Amino acid sequence: MSRVIIVGAGGAGLVAAINAHENGAKVTILTKDYPTRSQTCMAQGGINAALSNAGEDSVEAHIQNTLKSAHSIADEDAVRFMCESAPDAVRWLDSIGVPFSRTTESKIAQRTLGGASAPRACYAQDYTGLKILHTLYDRCLSLGIEILNEKYLLECITDKDSNGKTYVCGVSVLDKRSGEVEVYEARSVIMATGGYSRIYHTHSTNAVGSSGDGIAAALRAGARVSDMEFVQFHPTAMKNSAILISESARGAGGYLLNSKGERFTNELAPRDEVARAIDDEMLKGEDIFLDIRHLGEEFINEELPQERKLAKLYESVDPVHDLIPIKPVAHYTMGGIEVDENSKTSIEGLYAAGECANHKVHGANRLGGNSLLELIVFGKQAGEAAAKHAKKSEINLNKDIHVKDINNFIIDVKNYINEVDFYQKREFLGDMFYLHVGIKREKENLESLLKDVTKLLENLPMMGVSDKSKIYNSNLIEFLEFKNMLELSQLVVIGAIARQESRGAHFRVDKPNENDELFKAHSVIDKNGNVSYED
Amino acid sequence: MKIKIQRETLVEYEVESKDRTLLEVLNEIKTTQDPSLTYSSGCRSSVCGSCSVRVNSKEVLACAYHAKDSDLIEPMRNSEVIRDLVVNMDRAYGFNAKAKAWQSSLSQDVLLTPEDEKINEVQSDCILCGSCYSACPVYAVNEEFLGPFSLTRVWRYVSDKREENPKDKIDTIQTNGVWDCTLCNECTLVCPQDISSKADIEKLRGRSSMAGYMDPNFANFGAGFDGSPTF
Repeated sequence: MSRVIIVGAGGAGLVAAINAHENGAKVTILTKDYPTRSQTCMAQGGINAALSNAGEDSVEAHIQNTLKSAHSIADEDAVRFMCESAPDAVRWLDSIGVPFSRTTESKIAQRTLGGASAPRACYAQDYTGLKILHTLYDRCLSLGIEILNEKYLLECITDKDSNGKTYVCGVSVLDKRSGEVEVYEARSVIMATGGYSRIYHTHSTNAVGSSGDGIAAALRAGARVSDMEFVQFHPTAMKNSAILISESARGAGGYLLNSKGERFTNELAPRDEVARAIDDEMLKGEDIFLDIRHLGEEFINEELPQERKLAKLYESVDPVHDLIPIKPVAHYTMGGIEVDENSKTSIEGLYAAGECANHKVHGANRLGGNSLLELIVFGKQAGEAAAKHAKKSEINLNKDIHVKDINNFIIDVKNYINEVDFYQKREFLGDMFYLHVGIKREKENLESLLKDVTKLLENLPMMGVSDKSKIYNSNLIEFLEFKNMLELSQLVVIGAIARQESRGAHFRVDKPNENDELFKAHSVIDKNGNVSYED
Repeated sequence: MKIKIQRETLVEYEVESKDRTLLEVLNEIKTTQDPSLTYSSGCRSSVCGSCSVRVNSKEVLACAYHAKDSDLIEPMRNSEVIRDLVVNMDRAYGFNAKAKAWQSSLSQDVLLTPEDEKINEVQSDCILCGSCYSACPVYAVNEEFLGPFSLTRVWRYVSDKREENPKDKIDTIQTNGVWDCTLCNECTLVCPQDISSKADIEKLRGRSSMAGYMDPNFANFGAGFDGSPTF
């Protein structure tokens, strides 16, 4: 039996599962929560596909918009593949029952997001991610795909073949409920574990689980990761809660205003530009607001019901009558596990899709509406490739050895002396990242932060957990997530220091221009912290 | 202010008195007072369905409820408590598969109007928080009841023009399904997404009748005292 293990049950994981299953694999999905609780449910705006349902568009325009937003470091072949696959991806979602909003001509409704030359984002009110995720989940159930809930990823298990090449043989997880370490063996493993925006802690739109677990595990197993310094800040999170207000609010004609009630930027520029324009205003002491009052109650209820609900609930303002106070916060991480044109990582049998992967389609700045798209397009690719690879041969893993090793690690962690409170350090790391690895970055601050991060990593054994119990130890899980975030944050800072230029979401105050000669390339950081740039 | 949390025993916590969500209060307790306090959370914006709990005997999302002095926080009902406020949702979610809550085949070129899409717009807002499942009194008498969120999900697919075999969907929900609901409306009252499973179940009953099914309770009333059918 050719078995494929998928870690993560958001959009990418579920699409990969469906496609691996349809290609003959026995699929098991492992998720640290439940599928419908994944980050994908928070996507609001839409999924891009040049369907021309609401205005003239073309695949070529989608490609060019994506490349422009990426600031010259997207892989054109990968972008082309994604954009050409987009219409079929949306048709497939339609065929499994996603309840997209419709036009009066009975077509899938589309709207304009930032950086797009046409209304291209297919949507389901402002619940697009939620409705796609739940429909994918239902599709998985209809196919009888095995989903194991509340299994927290620990390590990616690898071995070397006779030629010295590293290959994957499975993963180890902590069953949150029992507290037991379990090992799942498979010839093919797909990482679909999401991004690392929660390094920014409360300064992020993301759910609390976006701690980069899969990227960190792949990295420890020897996989290459790239472009880690590129972190997208979404222009419009609500000021107090950092909860997202969709770009579709601006796409529909919403304004950004300062305290004087003046507009100060093109609201529909790519996110990096809008976020910087807001930051400039905030540095002048201005408060910033999103104004959608002129769109009218009927339109807001019809197209943006979630935004209205969230603004009322979390900011105590009604967007029909009030301005929404906003600020930019960390939203999407462009960097991740490097993959090739088959979604394969540098480790044989290990694949990656979704935000944890770097397919090099977003470059230095992702275009709104392209993240839901990448889940479908590359989730499918990863699922197909992993299923094909799994047919090659069986894996015979000595599970007991790995269970014992990982168990010892868990025991070690529980024995850490816990003199330093990691919750305080987690907050500190988030605050420092927001200040110094945010919209604007500067050499000295980054270098000073790198020292802090390195020290925190060294001091992990001084931290630890006070809850020593086995059953559902969320204190322990949060510590392990913090450890992953710390490991990745070191790479983010190293990447941000080394890239002595400004490009897309990475803006260096001391190097404000693009330097194509040295840096029109992807950054790769090796185990010793050395950065190289590759095409 | 003080709040009480039902753990193995009832534990009282003193927290700063200010306007904020219950989830923020739980986070403060966990990170500053008692790291062993166990609960689930995710998006903190009412869309992932992780943090549902009962406050003063009513199901709420902790991230959407503003904590008040002397609130009593308990885990959801009708599911096994794993620890503190965390319950095992496997069995509850399992009813989606039992109810075949999905589109039975891939559709091709079915055109939907905005009106078609409106039919199940609200039902497809479901976040599977399980509040309705916890509030449903039917589980006290029938553990196999397909339950409010699964039946709403069935309605979502049955009412969609892309479903080619709605009859099979209706057949599936006759046993432990639409007729087991008491129409008490508790599910509607606790839904954070303004979905009324009760109303959806009534619509499914209508479809069931059209498919030739009868309310078995009504059928029993119609029977003679000796159990023989009356005509």
